Amino acid sequence: MNKALKILAFAGLSMATVLCQGCGDTIKLNGAGATFPYPLYSKWFSEYHKLRPNVQINYQSIGSGGGIQQIKAKTVDFGASDAPLTTEEEKSMPGEVLQIPTTAGSVAVVYNLSGVPSGLKLTQNVLADLFLGKIKKWNDPRIAAVNPGVSLPDLPVAIVHRSDGSGTTYIFTDYLAKISEEFSKTVGRGKSVNWPMGIGGKGNEGVAGQVKQTPGALGYLEFAYAVQNKLPYVALQNKRGKFVDPSPETTTAALAALNKELQKDVRFSVTDAPGENSYPISGLTYLIVYKDQKDPKKGKILLEFLNWAMNDGQKLAPGLHYSPLSAELVQENAAKLGSIAVK
Amino acid sequence: MRVALIHPLIKRTGEGDRNRLDSITLTQIPQEKSERAVPSLKQKSRFNAERLFKGILLLFSLLILLIVLAIFFELIRSSSLSLKTFGFSFVTGRVWDPVKEIYGALPFIYGTVVSSLIAMAISIPVSLGVALFLTEWAPLWMRTIVSFLVELLAAIPSVIYGLWGIFVMIPFLRTNVAPFLQETFGFLPLFDGPFYGVSLLSAGLILSIMVLPTITAVSREVFLAVPQELREAVLALGGTRWESIRLAVLKMSRSGIIGAVVLGLGRALGETMAVTMVIGNRPEIVASLFSPGYSLASVIANEFSEATTPLYLSALAECGLILLAVTFVVNGLARLLVRKKSA
Repeated sequence: MNKALKILAFAGLSMATVLCQGCGDTIKLNGAGATFPYPLYSKWFSEYHKLRPNVQINYQSIGSGGGIQQIKAKTVDFGASDAPLTTEEEKSMPGEVLQIPTTAGSVAVVYNLSGVPSGLKLTQNVLADLFLGKIKKWNDPRIAAVNPGVSLPDLPVAIVHRSDGSGTTYIFTDYLAKISEEFSKTVGRGKSVNWPMGIGGKGNEGVAGQVKQTPGALGYLEFAYAVQNKLPYVALQNKRGKFVDPSPETTTAALAALNKELQKDVRFSVTDAPGENSYPISGLTYLIVYKDQKDPKKGKILLEFLNWAMNDGQKLAPGLHYSPLSAELVQENAAKLGSIAVK
Repeated sequence: MRVALIHPLIKRTGEGDRNRLDSITLTQIPQEKSERAVPSLKQKSRFNAERLFKGILLLFSLLILLIVLAIFFELIRSSSLSLKTFGFSFVTGRVWDPVKEIYGALPFIYGTVVSSLIAMAISIPVSLGVALFLTEWAPLWMRTIVSFLVELLAAIPSVIYGLWGIFVMIPFLRTNVAPFLQETFGFLPLFDGPFYGVSLLSAGLILSIMVLPTITAVSREVFLAVPQELREAVLALGGTRWESIRLAVLKMSRSGIIGAVVLGLGRALGETMAVTMVIGNRPEIVASLFSPGYSLASVIANEFSEATTPLYLSALAECGLILLAVTFVVNGLARLLVRKKSA
């Protein structure tokens, strides 16, 4: 009996020492927020941990709203949000915050038409009218006019949208509101909106599943999910009148085309960007950190990590179907990070 | 909590005699023993231990009361802004527009109630039939197998039900059931319009399978509690098997059956994940069961994580309050019904 106890105690002790190797100088950072960049962020954190084993970054993808609330309550070291804080929200924070764009993603418009395996094109007006419920059938002459030679079936258009509040919906409705005055007036832009019709799927995977299963479905997805689910996506007409497929390159092109505006304010909406190769529906996602870092140890590490994310981190983005920031935006961020005061 | 509420109803059905016996044996035997076997010195400490035990049990019961009160209080507190802003129109409003900050919960209440009603309409007869067969007719080997399978149904996580609903049930409904319903009952507004798969009907069907084990298991216990003598008495008077069931079993178990149904209804009203995945998440009130709907629990699950404005959060909290209120009302009604019937 006694012997067993001793062995148990020994085992426990040795386990504790193994687990706690380097306990003394391990620094943990906590973050919370948006789900949209989560795959990239978790890749970043694990890569950074490999690079610097004493740094451990935990991230809870609880949604942008939760991220903003937690950084406001200072329960996390950094927050993450798809929609930037408004000036008003920024003022309500307990200290001055910096909003740092980390990566961009695009929203693909996906469809399910058995006769059209790929290559469907849509103009701005037609897209808006489809999501307003004004074009009800796939063989509508307005769709046919942009897609000569494509045999469109006599099927009702089944719109699929997100049912949960999401940054993806925000980016998509932001675009529709820009290109259609009617959409802006009747529906508006937001993370959840009152759609005039259609079915709500929960999460990107919910929408993907619904589109896959419903003949005649038309929906929108984060680009990565469209690729993973092998769903055909629409080439959209951009501001210049060109039809562009979604991809990391066309999204970075959209960011580059808006350099001036973004330099003035990183919160500038990047949908409907000018430029030949710009894909029109994309958005930035942001990390929110306090300018005054109270804990010098943590602040230093956070700063180092962010600088790494702006350089080496960006190279990891395309592999996960995110778009790297444009060179100018990286520079802008570096300057901003320089202003962080670590006390 | 619910179980505790229902349990007295079940007991009342016919187990009265047995219960009295149990209580006698429970209270008397220890006393006798203690007098005989335990020396008087130890008796005092035993007395104290008993008081301590009683105290702990009391604490636990009070804890439940406290939790319910805390939930109610917290829900009212966090929905106060919405209660103030919308007043009663929150319950009657049909528009849910997070962009314009107009919130009305009637479509959610409608979807919750209708999907639960469909579930009950299907599962009550089936569950009672299964329970009756298991207690009255089934051979012993079948009894064990079927009972085991029914209990297994209760253990399946709801997200699995949801996935099964999307990938198995809905395609089946779309190709086999919906066309039949449309052709035969299409003249009814209940089966009007196109069937996209996700709908009130799908939600009700999934729920009916999910509440089936609850109602079956509880009502089986209730039927088993009916004294064998009563059945034999009916048979002895020349009654048929059916008459013995109707006059002895069903009559004696009425309040217990209602208890079982309330327990099932409670699950149906509050079920979130599976319903969200198949109901279509569309805040709309349409008579057709083919059209998508929405439920109170689903809207909270969908929109809470990305809700940022105070009024939005408050409106979602009020949805929770309404859900709790609906559950309370349904429970209360059922208890009233039982009291009337047994009086």
